[in-house]
Amino acid sequence: MASSSLSAKSGASLRAPPAPLSRWRAARKWLAAQEGWVFIFPWVVGFILLDLGPYIFALVISFLNWDVGRPPSFIGFRNYQAAFTDPLVGKSLWNTAYYTLFHVPGSTVIAFAVAGLLNQKVRGMPIWRTMYYIPSVTSGVGMALIWIWLFAPRGALNGMLGWFGIDGPRWLTSTTWAMPALIIMSFWGVGSSMVIFLAGLQGVPQHLYEAAEVDGGGWWAKVRHVTIPMMTPYIFLSLILGVIGSFQVVTQALLMTEGGPDNATLFILLYIWIMGWNAFKMGYAASISWILFAIIFAATIVQFLGARRWVYYEYQEPG
Amino acid sequence: MAATTADARRPRPLALRAFRWSRRILLYLIVVGGSFVYMYPVFFMLRTSLTKESDLYVVPPIIVPLPPVWENYAIMWQNGPTWSWMKNSFIVVGFSVVAETITSVSVAYGFARTRFAARDKLFIGVLATMMLPGAVTLIPRWLIFHRLDMIDTLWPLLIPRLFGTPFYIFIMRQFFLTLPRELDDAARIDGASHLQILRKVVLPLSIPAIATIAVFSFMNRWNDFLEPLIYLLRTENLTLAVGLRFFVSRFGTEYHLLMAGAMLLIVPMIIAFFLAQKQFIRGIALTGIKG
Repeated sequence: MASSSLSAKSGASLRAPPAPLSRWRAARKWLAAQEGWVFIFPWVVGFILLDLGPYIFALVISFLNWDVGRPPSFIGFRNYQAAFTDPLVGKSLWNTAYYTLFHVPGSTVIAFAVAGLLNQKVRGMPIWRTMYYIPSVTSGVGMALIWIWLFAPRGALNGMLGWFGIDGPRWLTSTTWAMPALIIMSFWGVGSSMVIFLAGLQGVPQHLYEAAEVDGGGWWAKVRHVTIPMMTPYIFLSLILGVIGSFQVVTQALLMTEGGPDNATLFILLYIWIMGWNAFKMGYAASISWILFAIIFAATIVQFLGARRWVYYEYQEPG
Repeated sequence: MAATTADARRPRPLALRAFRWSRRILLYLIVVGGSFVYMYPVFFMLRTSLTKESDLYVVPPIIVPLPPVWENYAIMWQNGPTWSWMKNSFIVVGFSVVAETITSVSVAYGFARTRFAARDKLFIGVLATMMLPGAVTLIPRWLIFHRLDMIDTLWPLLIPRLFGTPFYIFIMRQFFLTLPRELDDAARIDGASHLQILRKVVLPLSIPAIATIAVFSFMNRWNDFLEPLIYLLRTENLTLAVGLRFFVSRFGTEYHLLMAGAMLLIVPMIIAFFLAQKQFIRGIALTGIKG
């Protein structure tokens, strides 16, 4: 296997066999220890060809003036300079941050509350659980199409607002309301964090609740002092993945608003797509994607550093 | 627990019982009411897709359109090469589910159950690709497939699935770590190879976890929008999710047709989910996805 040569330098010397083993047997033993490579081989190949390689390639591209169809030329940091002064980069970053600021905390709280509800003893629970989960199963294009209609000027949402005498806005074509509309819609897609929270809730040891009861704690005390501390690892995971996903939102905006009106829903990834595949400025698009990378990376690191203050791990992970 | 059972045996004052009952009813109202709020968009879509255009804005709104207007579906279907979009989607999804599941399981087994020097360092690579934004690789991957002359074919949507998907590898590895090691040790003493242990010992115990990643794979590939959007060009070569984008501009405010189109995308997902639901829910609980 080609893979055995990859690790030729490491490992073998660690457990040098005692004298009587012949060279041949030592080699066979070493080879057997490398069997794991066969299993992870596909991932190693994919990692090099589809991740590591492209990351390096993307870095190179970001220093080039590369309009598809013309030979690329090296222009140093000029793509980055242009990106930092491009008002639409600023605008789209601001929009993305705005979305993230409401979408991530909002959907975490909702997912947590729903998971708490679904963890109660209620008859027919599998049916209710499924109903909460279905909108997440169908997220993406299908949901976007439905919400185009729900948010239509004379659509269902404004119809309901009309019952209360409220004259609803023209959601998706209003510069003020287009972004809140996308945020509201995102709250229907909380199913996957909800399922993760539900799994977590079922793992909270019952005796902790009993202890809280003995101490005279009511419902809120149990949530506050047992459930939430025990759930912090799950909440943390949900926040981390939520921020990463939220910064790369594109489908809804592309389908429902095309970034409009007046760039009010121009997300950063949408702008990268426009620059790359409509304007064919690959070098420029790559430089913006690195700015996005830096922001997501920083946000993740900050969250990991902050996690030490509030995430509670009772058990060590096995392995 | 002891305190509550003792409580239950003692006759309780009526006021307390009434309070308990009203709390219970409130709980039901919230759970059931909330589930209807969540399903409302889907009901609404189904209803609209079977409504006459002239009835879209009738007050009070029609809850069940009778008779259902099935023609909406026929009109929607003829508005594009819907059949070839369907076919492309099924090719991509069918291939991806099988390929991603097999490779992710095998890679995860390697990370969970075999030992070699670089294993844990490489696993950090898996975690990194899970966490780092994929947006950066979009452009270079496109340029690579462009150079390989694969733009406007399904290959760029199929080839990357052959190498295992980090998130699924992570889920499967976490699951494998929960299986007792004594099982493989016993098989090993009987002289089984890793491949035999995986097939005969580990796989039969892993059905729920495998179902979970298969459902995730189906959902993500079926709904995938950005990748087919950048790789596929000609109208008849698109997948369903991207093809329906044309319906948005074509149907404009003919929402009954737009909703019929959305149904095409949503119904296969719901069927797939129901088929795998039992295993899927168990799988989520068992894998205990956690940081």
